[in-house]
Amino acid sequence: MSEPLATLGSLRAALDSGAVSSADLVEACVTRARASQESLHAFAGLRAEGARADAQAADARRARGELRSPLDGLPVAIKDNMVQAGELTTCASRILEGFVSPYTATAVARLEQAGAIAIGRTNMDEFAMGSSTEHSVYGPARNPWDRERTPGGSSGGSAAAVAAGVVPGALGSDTGGSIRQPASLSGVVGLKPTYGRVSRWGLVAFASSLDQVGVLAHTAADCAWLLEAIAGHDSRDSTSLPEPVPRYSEALGGDVSGLVLGLPREYFVEEGGDPEVLSAVREAVSELERAGAKVREVSLPHTRYAVATYYLIATAEASSNLARYDGVRYGHRAAGVRNLADMYQRTRSEGFGNEVKRRIILGTYVLSAGYYDAYYRKAQQVRTLLRRDFEEAFRDCDAIATPTSPETAFRIASKTDDPLTMYLSDIYTVSANLAGIPGVSIPCGFAKGLPVGLQLLGRALDEATLLRIADAFQRRTDHHRQRPPEAP
Amino acid sequence: MSEARPDTEVVIGLEVHTHLRTESKLFSPAPVTYGESPNHSVDLICLALPGVLPVLNERAVEFAIRAALATHCKVHARSVFARKNYFYPDLPKGYQISQYEEPIATGGWIEIEVEDGAGGSATRRIGLTRIHMEEDAGKSIHDSEVTGRDSTYVDLNRSGVPLLEIVSEPDLRSAAEAGAYLRALRSILRYIDVSDADMEKGHFRCDANVSLRPRGQTRLGTRTELKNLNSFRFVEEALEAEILRQAAILDEGGTIQQATLAYDADSRRIRVLRLKENADDYRYFPDPDLVPLVLPEDQIERVRSQLPELADRRSERFRSQYGLSAYDAHLLTASRPLADFFEVAASAHGQPKPVANWLLRDVLQALREQDREIEDAAITPQALAALIRLVEAGRTTAASARQLIPELVERGGDPEAMVRERGLEAVSDAGVLEQAVDEVLNAHAEHCERYRAGEKKVLNFLMGQVMRSTGGKANAAVVRELLTRKLDE
Repeated sequence: MSEPLATLGSLRAALDSGAVSSADLVEACVTRARASQESLHAFAGLRAEGARADAQAADARRARGELRSPLDGLPVAIKDNMVQAGELTTCASRILEGFVSPYTATAVARLEQAGAIAIGRTNMDEFAMGSSTEHSVYGPARNPWDRERTPGGSSGGSAAAVAAGVVPGALGSDTGGSIRQPASLSGVVGLKPTYGRVSRWGLVAFASSLDQVGVLAHTAADCAWLLEAIAGHDSRDSTSLPEPVPRYSEALGGDVSGLVLGLPREYFVEEGGDPEVLSAVREAVSELERAGAKVREVSLPHTRYAVATYYLIATAEASSNLARYDGVRYGHRAAGVRNLADMYQRTRSEGFGNEVKRRIILGTYVLSAGYYDAYYRKAQQVRTLLRRDFEEAFRDCDAIATPTSPETAFRIASKTDDPLTMYLSDIYTVSANLAGIPGVSIPCGFAKGLPVGLQLLGRALDEATLLRIADAFQRRTDHHRQRPPEAP
Repeated sequence: MSEARPDTEVVIGLEVHTHLRTESKLFSPAPVTYGESPNHSVDLICLALPGVLPVLNERAVEFAIRAALATHCKVHARSVFARKNYFYPDLPKGYQISQYEEPIATGGWIEIEVEDGAGGSATRRIGLTRIHMEEDAGKSIHDSEVTGRDSTYVDLNRSGVPLLEIVSEPDLRSAAEAGAYLRALRSILRYIDVSDADMEKGHFRCDANVSLRPRGQTRLGTRTELKNLNSFRFVEEALEAEILRQAAILDEGGTIQQATLAYDADSRRIRVLRLKENADDYRYFPDPDLVPLVLPEDQIERVRSQLPELADRRSERFRSQYGLSAYDAHLLTASRPLADFFEVAASAHGQPKPVANWLLRDVLQALREQDREIEDAAITPQALAALIRLVEAGRTTAASARQLIPELVERGGDPEAMVRERGLEAVSDAGVLEQAVDEVLNAHAEHCERYRAGEKKVLNFLMGQVMRSTGGKANAAVVRELLTRKLDE
């Protein structure tokens, strides 16, 4: 806590002042990443050499006065499910062992074009399936606030790396809360944009209709810079939205007066959640009221169906998306197979972990003849109802405030034997994915020494309002300035 | 091969897969090629690398609309791409993107010419259930002979090539009708320039559903599905074999088992691929990587306005505009290039009927002998018109002109120069011809008697003898005139 918070903003100022070079920043990041790896396991792999070369190029640009963007020369980390040409991408899975991508994901390419430097790939739940970053071929990532606990997941490596001050910002992906929940449990800001706002080209698919690339950082302002760089239409993604990208960074005026915050009564229930989490969230809402926001109760009546709906749709899509890992063209292939069926069975049995297998089996079942109508089609109908819930609610408010997660970081291995309990970690986050709307989690306090996150959900394509509220909150509070006790 | 019993009705429905002739694949910019080295026409998307996404080829959509309109289908304002999930090494994603619950078009028809039972032909309308778009799979090559190992190789050049699946109603009543349907469909697809529809090259593939039922029964019998009938000859052979197989089972009091079958062309036998209880569950669901295909009315109308005149319309016009017989009009419009050739030649010559006769008789015969299509032939419509005019002007004979046609088809050329250079000018000099006529009359005194006795058709025989002795170069009108004069003397 002695150092000032190393945000993208402060590091950019340090670069601008000449106090440090990009090479210095990258070197420090690589050093911290290595030092923290044993205790945090935040990384799946580092690209130290590539990052050093990128830093020299960035420093040269700076010397020539040819900066590409405010992010030029700043180090970031990338979740291990976004491809970068010439680099490994494994989704923390044995089945993608040794897979080097020949191409770069759009979100990563846009960061590269902005001059940001990827220093490594962050740990995650295998194929982003999980809420704890325990289901990883690299072993579990740990929470910098308490290493016996998980950082959340599936973007737990990105959250832990930012929380521990290893990197100032990271890319994550969010299918049912995989950015917001680890951001909450690790005490950082995590933004899931509107579905279609950031291209999915090069994001390894888990559930295509829910997956969205997003960002993690210490501040809403940093998230605004990162989102501005990666968002926007991409002709290679048919679900990408054509609307122009606003200057999110210019929306951060600190003023929320007159904005209406909706509190969904279905999310503020005492049973199931940690009461200290609820009270921290209520206090955060009061803080925003003091800043001039108005608060009113809203209702999202189909909330109780959200988790079931999510696990039907997500697993159905996953069962199909993961069919391509068959050992034929790339990745792991079982040795000494007898025939084709044997190759498929053994390759996939050896290559996928238990949670992935569980979801493939669930999803296969959901789509099978005779069950499709009862499960998949019904889930799609409920999804429409959930979307309407939000449309209805947003007539009465500009953003919805909820807890991000019903609890703080839980102990490693405490839920791995009980998948249903693990799935309920996503209870407050999955609805935003089902509705396609943006959501952000911001640090809003602590419960028993562990970070608590406030979730703000917004209208489709209204990331600017979410970031404005989050930024205003952070200007008035210092939860995000708290550093884990053992940060490297 | 015999047919099923007369009190049994054959019911056939066909599913045709035809490649669309787009430059790139249905969901990726990879080029569509034929005969390229294996795995050279592929990109990240065809390989289904992690993280890639499909983007729909708009040209393929336009072709699909064209095919739907040309077959009188309703083009839907909204259609949806779905995933058909199954594992196979030549299916890189583990699913095929196809259309399932919401295809691009439904409910059309095409017309075929069928035997009317009285030795003539009649037109029958065959319903189309639906047309949908999908991507082709790659090819698996099981080639232990080449490699000496028990290996399978995968070529993904074909993976992702755009296909239309065209599904007929079970309206076909014989193998011959199925053949006629396929030829009619191929003609339409070629007319509108969306597919080469070349069965031998695998651009045009056919699966057939076959069942039998007692005549008069409306309920369909249990059907079998014959897969991958990949030449016109095999389609009819395979269907006949399957009809006989089913008829034999029913005759013995047995029941047909619903099954997927293959026809082995070498042994001419039907082989069971799998029974219904082992049918795959493809777990279709809408592809979440693609948005629904929405076609505004004006886009459909734009495609409609650009449709070329189709064979049936053109055939009607040929009858009314050129006064051709239904039969000739039908033959001339069977292919668009042939119909185009005819119209240019008829216009160059001025008289459609002789042009139709020369084209249908002599040019088509030369094409058959040289195994060519009209569009690959060197003869121009202007050259054909010029040649016919040379005959009509008496400058050469029909027989001489006929000799020149194979060469014109193969290498092209100027008919007038060819007639001159080959010495094929018609002999009209009465002095020269009179000698030939006298020789023939002297040699065939008996025929001369018969003619004088009133058997006038003997004249044709004598004409033929004169033409033969002059090597076909004699001007027929002059010969006829000389012969009648001398015989009547």
